[in-house]
Amino acid sequence: MIARLVRWLDARSGTAPFVRKSLRYLFPDHWSFLLGEVALYAFIVLVATGIYLTLFFVDSTAQVVYHGPYVPLRGQHMSEAYRSVLNISTTVKAGLLIRQTHHWAANVFVAAIVLHLFRVFFTGAYRKPRELTYVIGVTMLGLTLFEAYLGYSLADDLLSGMGLAIGWSVGMSIPFVGANLMSLLFHGPFPGQASLWPRMYVAHVFLLPALIGTLLALHITLVVLRHHTQFRRRRETERRIVGVPAWPEQAPRSLGLAFATAGVLFLLGGLVQINPIWLWGPYHTYLATNGAQPDWYLGWLIGGLRLVPGFDVVIDGYTLVPNPFWGGVLFPTVVFGFVILWPWIERRLVGDDAFHNILDRPRDAPLRTAVGVGVVSWVFIVFVAGSSDRADVLFGLSYTAQIWFYRVASFVLPVVAAVVAYRMCGALVAGEWLEEDQKRAEAEARLVHMRRSDALTKS
Amino acid sequence: MSRFRDALVAAMTLFVGRLARPRESRGRIVAAGPTDPLAELAVLGLLGLASAAAVAFVVLYAVGESTQYLGLSLGLSLLFVGAALVVTGRRLVATEELEEDYPPAGHVDDQRRVEQILEESGDRLTRRRLFKLGLLGTGGALGLALLTPALSLGPFFQTRYYLGTPWRRGRRLVDENGRPWRADDIERDDFYTAFPESANEEELGSPLVLVRLAPRNLRLPPKLKGYDAGGIVAYSKICTHAGCAIAMYRAPLFLPSEPRPALVCPCHYSTFDPAAGGTVLFGPAGRPLPMLPIEVDARGFLRAKGNFDGPVGPSWWGVRMSRANP
Repeated sequence: MIARLVRWLDARSGTAPFVRKSLRYLFPDHWSFLLGEVALYAFIVLVATGIYLTLFFVDSTAQVVYHGPYVPLRGQHMSEAYRSVLNISTTVKAGLLIRQTHHWAANVFVAAIVLHLFRVFFTGAYRKPRELTYVIGVTMLGLTLFEAYLGYSLADDLLSGMGLAIGWSVGMSIPFVGANLMSLLFHGPFPGQASLWPRMYVAHVFLLPALIGTLLALHITLVVLRHHTQFRRRRETERRIVGVPAWPEQAPRSLGLAFATAGVLFLLGGLVQINPIWLWGPYHTYLATNGAQPDWYLGWLIGGLRLVPGFDVVIDGYTLVPNPFWGGVLFPTVVFGFVILWPWIERRLVGDDAFHNILDRPRDAPLRTAVGVGVVSWVFIVFVAGSSDRADVLFGLSYTAQIWFYRVASFVLPVVAAVVAYRMCGALVAGEWLEEDQKRAEAEARLVHMRRSDALTKS
Repeated sequence: MSRFRDALVAAMTLFVGRLARPRESRGRIVAAGPTDPLAELAVLGLLGLASAAAVAFVVLYAVGESTQYLGLSLGLSLLFVGAALVVTGRRLVATEELEEDYPPAGHVDDQRRVEQILEESGDRLTRRRLFKLGLLGTGGALGLALLTPALSLGPFFQTRYYLGTPWRRGRRLVDENGRPWRADDIERDDFYTAFPESANEEELGSPLVLVRLAPRNLRLPPKLKGYDAGGIVAYSKICTHAGCAIAMYRAPLFLPSEPRPALVCPCHYSTFDPAAGGTVLFGPAGRPLPMLPIEVDARGFLRAKGNFDGPVGPSWWGVRMSRANP
C-alpha cells in the first residue's frame, strides 16, 4: 500500500529524492527551538478560526438599531459591524468559542514570536548566514502587530474605536504628510467614511495574512536551506549538525505540539473570557471608557504615548512634530530599526564576518547580551508605564508620581540593567573557569595521593 | 459464508495478531528498537479519550451547551491527540541522534558561472550607462503611474476640513437625545456632554464637555474672557493629544493631592484645567482644549456665541495655521 503510493507519486512528480532527504532532515533537540513552532501553529489556528468568523462578520458601519437577545443593548444605535460581532458572540452557536479562540490565538501568536525572537537574539542565531531569515522574521512581527490591531479595531466596540482614534491621531502626527495620508486612508476626517471598514477588512483578512503567510513560507524555507543552528554539546561543530531526523522522531513531536497548542487555545477560548465586547458597548466618537487597556502587545505603545511630556514642536505656526509622534511612531521605529539592523551593528562592533552554525550562550557574548538586556528592559519599562493607571486604581499609587518615575527610569534603568548583565556574563564565565580549575586541582590532588600511597605500599 | 470468515480473520489479525512480515535483507535506515506495549496502550487510550471528547463536543453543540463546555471538550480532544503523538514520538519510534554535514557555505563554481552568464548576456549593449538610466527613469515613471490610482482612496490634498466644526453663533446645545440644555440643568461638580442642535454627533467638531465652576474661581486668559456663561464653561470633548473623548472630570476634589478640578482623558491621561481656558495641567497633550463661547438665551437655554477658539482634535502639521472655520 505504502510502496504503491510512493511509486505513484514519484512517477508523477519525481520527488522521491527530495522526500527521502526531507524525511531525514535533522532537528537539533532543544526546547527553545519549539517557540517558533508554537507561533506557526497559533498562526494556523488564527487562519482557521478567522475564516469561520468571516462567514458571519459584516464589514459595514451603516447604523442600525439592535434588537438581539442581549438585553442591555436593545434599542441602541450601533454599526452593522458591531452588531454582527455581537451576534457571533450570542446567537451563533459556538461563535463565541471561535471568536475568543481567535483572540487568544492572536495574543499567543505575538507572545510566541517575541519569545522566539529573544531566543534568536540572545544566542546569536541571526548571524551569517541567517540574517535574511532574521530580517523576514522581525518584519513578520511588525506586520503581525498591525494585523492584530486591525483585527480588534474591526469589532467597532467602544474600546476598539478608542484604539482606532489613537491610531488615527498617531498617523496624523507624522510630520509633513500625516494629515494627508490619514485623509487618504480614512476617506475624509475621522471617524472616516463608509469605505473605511471594507478597507480595514480586506487588509485584515486578505492582504496582511497573505503577506505574513508568504513571508512565513520564505522564513521556513530559508531555515531549511541553511539548516538549524545548534548548541555545542558533545559532537556538534560548525561543520557537523547533530539532531533527530524529521521522520519518524521529530514529526510526531511537532505534530503533538501543534495539537497541544490548538488544544490550549481552544481551552482558553472556551474557559477564559477575553474582550467581552458586549460590555464595552458600541463606539461613538464622544464616548470613552475609563481604564482602557489594549491587548498586551500594544502596551509598550500606550506607555510610550503616556510618558512623553506635553509639547508639540512648532516652528512659526507650523506644527513640525505633533506629540503622539514620539511615543507612537518614533519609539517603535527606533526599537524595530535597532532589532533589524543589529546583525550589521554587531558585525561592525565585533568585526566578526565568519559563518556561524554553533549558537552562543548569552554569557559568551557579553556585549550582545548587555545591549539586548538594555533594549528589552527599556521597552519593558515603557510597557509597565502603560499600566500606571491600573496601578493607581489597584494600589493607590499617584499616577503623576508614577509617570515621573517612569520618565526617569526609562533612561536610567536600561543602562543599569545592561551593565549588570555585562558583569553577570563575566562572573558566570569566571565561575565556570573556577569550577574547572577546582576540578582539575582535585583530580591532581587525588592522583598525587594515589601515587604517594602507591609508593608507600611498594616500600 | 467464506466472506464472513475472511472478515473475521482480518479483524482478529487487526486486533490480536502481530504477524511478523518477512524482513528485507537490505540494511535498516531507521534504527531498530525494543517494543513498548505499555506506551502503545497509552497511545490507544489517549486516542480513545480524544474521540470521546470530540464526540462530546458534537453532542454538546447539538444540545446547545455553553461556550465553556464546547471549549473544554474541543480543547481536551486536541490535547489528547497531542499527548498521544508526543508519547508516540518519545516511546514508539526510534530515538536516535544522527549527524551530517551542514550545507556548504557557498558554491564557488556556480557563483562564478552565474556572474559569467549575467555579464556575457549584456555583451551586445554598447551604451550600458544610458540603458541603466533609461530603465531607472521608466521604472520611476511607471511606478508613479501605478501608484496614482491610490489617490482615489480619499482627498489626499484636502486638509481644511480638519478645521471645520458645526458650531455657529446662536446654535443651541443639546444632549444625546437632542433635548436642549438649560443653564439650570448644569450643576457644580458634575459633568455633561453636549452637541450642536441637529448636527452630526459623530463629527469630531461636535461634542462638548460642560462643567459649572464658581465664577470667582475662573482664571480665563484675556482672549477667552466672556466665553463662559455665568461660570458654565464648554470645551471640545475630543482630546487634543490622540482624539479620545474626555470622559473624566476630577471633581469633587481630594485637596491635599488634587487641588483643582480637571478634565481628564482616559487614554493617556492628558489633564486640562477647565478654569483656565483648558490649559494642559499634566500629560502628553500639546495644545489646550478648544473652548466654545456660550451664553444663556432669554428662555434659559444654552447657545453658542461663535466657534471654538482653536481647531478641534489631535495636532497635525497645519493645526496652528488657522482658527476654526466659521
